[in-house]
Amino acid sequence: MYTYSDFDEAFVRERCKQFRAQVARRIDGSLTEDEFKPLRLMNGVYLQLHAYMLRIAIPYGTLRSDQMRQLGMIADRFDKGYGHFTTRQNIQFNWPKLKDIPDILDALADVQMHAIQTSGNTIRNTTVDHFAGAATDEIADPRPTAELIRQWSTDHPEFQFMPRKFKIAVGASTHDRAALKVHDLAVELVEQDGQQGYRILVGGGLGRTPMIGQVITDFIPKADLLPYLEAVVSTWNIIGRRDNKYKARIKITVFENGIEKMRELVNEEFAKIRAKFSGYDQKVLADLERQFAPPAFKNTDPSSLEAAVAVDPALARWVNRNTNAHKVENHLSVVISLKEHGKTPGDATGEQMRLMADLADQYGYGELRISHEQNVILPHVAKGDIPALFTALAKAGLATANAGLTSDIIACPGMDYCALATARSIPVAEQIALRVKELDLEDEIGLMKIKISGCINACGHHHVGHIGILGLDRAGVENYQITLGGDATETAAIGERTGPGFAYDEVVPAVERLLKTYLEKRNSTDETFLAAYRRLGAEPFKEALYGDAAKKNAA
Amino acid sequence: MARKFTPKVLTANDLMEGDVIYLAADGSWVRDHAQAEFIEDETIAEMRMLVAQGQPEIAVGPYLADAKMGENGPEPTHFREAFRTRGPSNYFHGKQAETASQ
Repeated sequence: MYTYSDFDEAFVRERCKQFRAQVARRIDGSLTEDEFKPLRLMNGVYLQLHAYMLRIAIPYGTLRSDQMRQLGMIADRFDKGYGHFTTRQNIQFNWPKLKDIPDILDALADVQMHAIQTSGNTIRNTTVDHFAGAATDEIADPRPTAELIRQWSTDHPEFQFMPRKFKIAVGASTHDRAALKVHDLAVELVEQDGQQGYRILVGGGLGRTPMIGQVITDFIPKADLLPYLEAVVSTWNIIGRRDNKYKARIKITVFENGIEKMRELVNEEFAKIRAKFSGYDQKVLADLERQFAPPAFKNTDPSSLEAAVAVDPALARWVNRNTNAHKVENHLSVVISLKEHGKTPGDATGEQMRLMADLADQYGYGELRISHEQNVILPHVAKGDIPALFTALAKAGLATANAGLTSDIIACPGMDYCALATARSIPVAEQIALRVKELDLEDEIGLMKIKISGCINACGHHHVGHIGILGLDRAGVENYQITLGGDATETAAIGERTGPGFAYDEVVPAVERLLKTYLEKRNSTDETFLAAYRRLGAEPFKEALYGDAAKKNAA
Repeated sequence: MARKFTPKVLTANDLMEGDVIYLAADGSWVRDHAQAEFIEDETIAEMRMLVAQGQPEIAVGPYLADAKMGENGPEPTHFREAFRTRGPSNYFHGKQAETASQ
């Protein structure tokens, strides 16, 4: 894993010192709020509905155990005992006090973390596949590339005041687990004629105008990555719209100009700047690839797992649901679900964070990941250690066997916290999860992605949910629109809106009708909800939502 | 045609704590919506905004929020403002906890 260089260390410490002075000047009245706001946002400090919120960067979702432990300490000492992991693989604390934030940033710096560029119109945290370095279907670990992008983009002088924020994701697998096609820019590690390079997509994104990214180049050599990215971002920075914030994202630039014109402009810029890159970045990348070398995998006897699974149905179910194949023999990647039924998706207490850190040390080579689906991953666990890990997780309420199932819901903080939200997300997610548990249908339903946002900004990725739910304010009342058929993977699609929205207390019954319709109409137990929707079209599901039977049930 | 003025309270977030505060009739900042000044006159509302904007050392982002008069004082009319008077749905945190501990 990456460890800070002396430059990183000095840079982050200097930023902490600067921000401490800025906070002091705001408190003593030397800075007005108008002057202070851009400074606090540059350090991840928002002012939300009930309190300040601090968004902390977790680059490419990768954490060392000491870093996770420190987040637990911050949750307990400076917050209300918990933190919220986000769809951008970051963590947010919802209740810090302004005077404490410099101390929190110092505590983060102590474990090589920070909150720089977690807000503002800059290049945000670069996200990757949460199974990076472990997945059986990856060409190579995408994280050295993501770290290279982080180093290039952090405090990049040209990209601090862009038309809008800019989000990059990196993937290296045949199966997309990083929602590549709905990012402003996606970097996909590919092989061509035996040489590794990158396919680049631009113009994806969710929010008010959801769009799927388009390929701007099929292949660039590794050495061209940074100049090419610089050419893309620089081109957009110049021609991107600044007259309307809703039209300022690169997806609108690509849409309005067309991908061919965009490619032409980027290539022109690339030709101009390519020579300015000396090739030093490739030395950095080679060094990063060494730093991200896999741990020294131990050899344990996998037969102990097989024996334990044979006699423990709860373990068997959890292994079936919450583990993923690993590229190294006798290892698995483990998903620790932060989606216990009825609890807030993505939240972990300080105590749970410490436990996960300890378990990572004990069974996971000291490494953890945050998934964009708001779960925690132990990427490398020896099969022989799985039963003991499961027992420890179960004692802490962290062994919910629902990864990829109906209750594994993405939900943004919504109006329970977020100043931008127009309706709540969290209680809707909690109630859906409780209802499917009550119905005991999750295993039968199988793979299901429900995603909920509390406003059109779509932090809950509702557009790419198999079932997407968007909370809105309709004449002073919470109202929820349902979309169907969204998909965040390599077969990405934007969900289709079904019809009029539902009142707050009508949402769970509506989702239940959708689930039951799927169970009735599917071809076989192998046909997923998404596959059934693509085969059947929207009509049977619309009938379930709005037809006579639905009206009768509601009456 | 200008919209008819409807009753308001003046609200903001506290600089140090970040929590929701309201301007009371005596010019002090209070935590309880029911103790906020119920403003029925547009000119007074504008004057109160000037007062709030002149106190950046206390109040961040002041604005006028719709309210109605209830049995115990002003009450919010929109669910967003109702949430701000208590706290999140998922935990007993924020003002709901503060109220309970008083």
